[in-house]
Amino acid sequence: MADENAGRPPRPTLAVWKFSSCDGCQLTLLNCEDELLSIAGAIQIASFPEASRQVMPGPYDVSLVEGSITTPADAERIREVRAASRYLVTIGACATAGGVQALRNFSEDLAPVVYARPEYIDSLRTSTPIAEHVPVDFELHGCPIDRRQLLEVIGALLAGRRPKIGNHSVCMECKRAGRVCVMVAHGTPCKGPVTQAGCGALCPSVGRGCYGCFGPAPGWTFLPFGTAEPARTVLTLVEPARAKPAQARPAQTDPAPREASQE
Amino acid sequence: MTDISVPALARVEGEGGLEILVRDGQVTEARLDIYEPPRFFEALLRGRRYTEPPDITARICGICPVAYQMSACQAIEDACGVTPPEPVQMLRRLLYCGEWIESHALHIYLLHAPDFLGYESGIHLARDHPDIVHRGLRIKKAGNLLMEAVGGRSVHPVNVRVGGFYRAPDPADLTALIAPLEQARQDAEATVSWVASFDFPDFDRDYEFMSLRHPAEYPITQGRIVSTGGLDITPAEYDDHFTESQVPHSTALHSTLDGRIYLTGPMARYSLNSGRLPGYIQEAARSAGLGPTCTNPFRSIIVRAVELLFACDEAVRLIRSYQPPSPPAIDVQPRGETGYGCTEAPRGLLYHRYTITEDGAVADAKIVPPTSQNQKVIEADLKDFAAPRLNLSHERLTWECEQAVRNYDPCISCATHFLDVRLTPIQGGE
Repeated sequence: MADENAGRPPRPTLAVWKFSSCDGCQLTLLNCEDELLSIAGAIQIASFPEASRQVMPGPYDVSLVEGSITTPADAERIREVRAASRYLVTIGACATAGGVQALRNFSEDLAPVVYARPEYIDSLRTSTPIAEHVPVDFELHGCPIDRRQLLEVIGALLAGRRPKIGNHSVCMECKRAGRVCVMVAHGTPCKGPVTQAGCGALCPSVGRGCYGCFGPAPGWTFLPFGTAEPARTVLTLVEPARAKPAQARPAQTDPAPREASQE
Repeated sequence: MTDISVPALARVEGEGGLEILVRDGQVTEARLDIYEPPRFFEALLRGRRYTEPPDITARICGICPVAYQMSACQAIEDACGVTPPEPVQMLRRLLYCGEWIESHALHIYLLHAPDFLGYESGIHLARDHPDIVHRGLRIKKAGNLLMEAVGGRSVHPVNVRVGGFYRAPDPADLTALIAPLEQARQDAEATVSWVASFDFPDFDRDYEFMSLRHPAEYPITQGRIVSTGGLDITPAEYDDHFTESQVPHSTALHSTLDGRIYLTGPMARYSLNSGRLPGYIQEAARSAGLGPTCTNPFRSIIVRAVELLFACDEAVRLIRSYQPPSPPAIDVQPRGETGYGCTEAPRGLLYHRYTITEDGAVADAKIVPPTSQNQKVIEADLKDFAAPRLNLSHERLTWECEQAVRNYDPCISCATHFLDVRLTPIQGGE
């Protein structure tokens, strides 16, 4: 077909990469049913194996990386992805924190439990986030990521601005939605106070305590005692937007903002 | 002719490759290489609370998390000796319909149909046929809306628990979905006619089909395990008949039924249960050229479209008769037993087995996803499919072999608790 973009500036290119993961965060892009074809119009989807046979050579303007590093080959491949990408954005809990498979980091070698011939399996002892291997420009949390946050990141990158993704806790979202606190009202254990917001406080909306699938909010760590915090490099081209205290509190003169008073 | 090698298979869920070895003009071997990194879920579950497997195993697959949650709940409830009441079962079936709609629409429109029409992807297809792709996305969205209304979100729902649900959806929130689901049902009817118009190669196979069967329902959440080879067992008898073994080229285990290769998934479900479909859907299937069984894997796209129509119809029916379960979940106390769960994931039968301790810890877990069960069939089909086509250009043959693999909608993330095609000619005399 004729190139409908002839004469226009070239569209930014997007690549989607998978490491050790369930495909759910990539699926979130395909789950943008109302926006998918518009995105594909604004961005050249250069490589997205789950959705297309077509693979265009890099470099790419934006790489979305799903999954954690669990094999020696993937530890090499992520360096190639980084080298081919202007911006590298990790999507989801596996890529930003190691994912549920990082439970292996705290147990004995698991391959013999699942496989009769573990020697056929080429797997690292640990599952580690992308930022432990290469510099990451932006991390999107969640298991899975939230569709609206993904659209915000893609939109921001297209517009050349920082993504507006707050990093307050789930409690803030829960209060804003006017939900009754499951911990205070029902004694249900809830990780909302220490968990990164972004889901829309889904679990409390069904009367369940948050189970932390967006990972720890900044300043908190779930690493067990005796486990050194891994060195992380999350910086460079696009900094994660920091939640500004002034945003959370509507006006300085307000003596007791409702959200803050319930924190 | 050289070997065909597709190191990274596209439009499948997960990471895998395909390799076809050719010697002296004959296909000697076809291999589905699965290199999806293993995640050791069965091992990770050991020692966890008996209430945790639905949330943990959902993470095996972002495309069919509900299947994992449903098989896990069923197995744990079986171990604990309880059966949730009918309203809970109906709500589970409704949530599962959402996943069938989302997953089948994704596969038909974005992963599989582009092969039949010569496009690299659904997005490329949309440039020439935007209305068709919009229709597919509209159906897919209806499935996701249903999963969000019942499960809280579509990928890894949060509202499912052992014993039932955390909260019963408000009837008004479900009634609001009737309009988009009715639209999806019309769109699914159009989908059946659309895919029936594709060209299909002659490739009928002699499969042993295996699926659930239920006395009254088209199987989704419950039933006995049956096969066209005469198998008829309860989920508890699964391990007496099905054996998993490891092969060097795959991080997914291969499965056999009493030593035989078998097929699970939409073709098997349909062929064993087409009589359980509502009359007008059977009629739609006949109009699309399907008999009571389907043995050509390329025509599986029609079967998926028929199941899509069924899932939309069933969802509307379940919403119209919805009675909020009260309480939304029954109390489930652990006991030191082993329990079994089998449900029909969009890609086929998903088996879970858990042994629970008296104090509620998971002592042992076994999970057999559909794609690992289908690996042997996929390899056997690829070998026979490629053999008479070695005269095609390498590029053409590679694409057709990829398409042959996509017939099974393989979910490699599942199988290893993906796919990549390598066609490698071995030169004669090597």
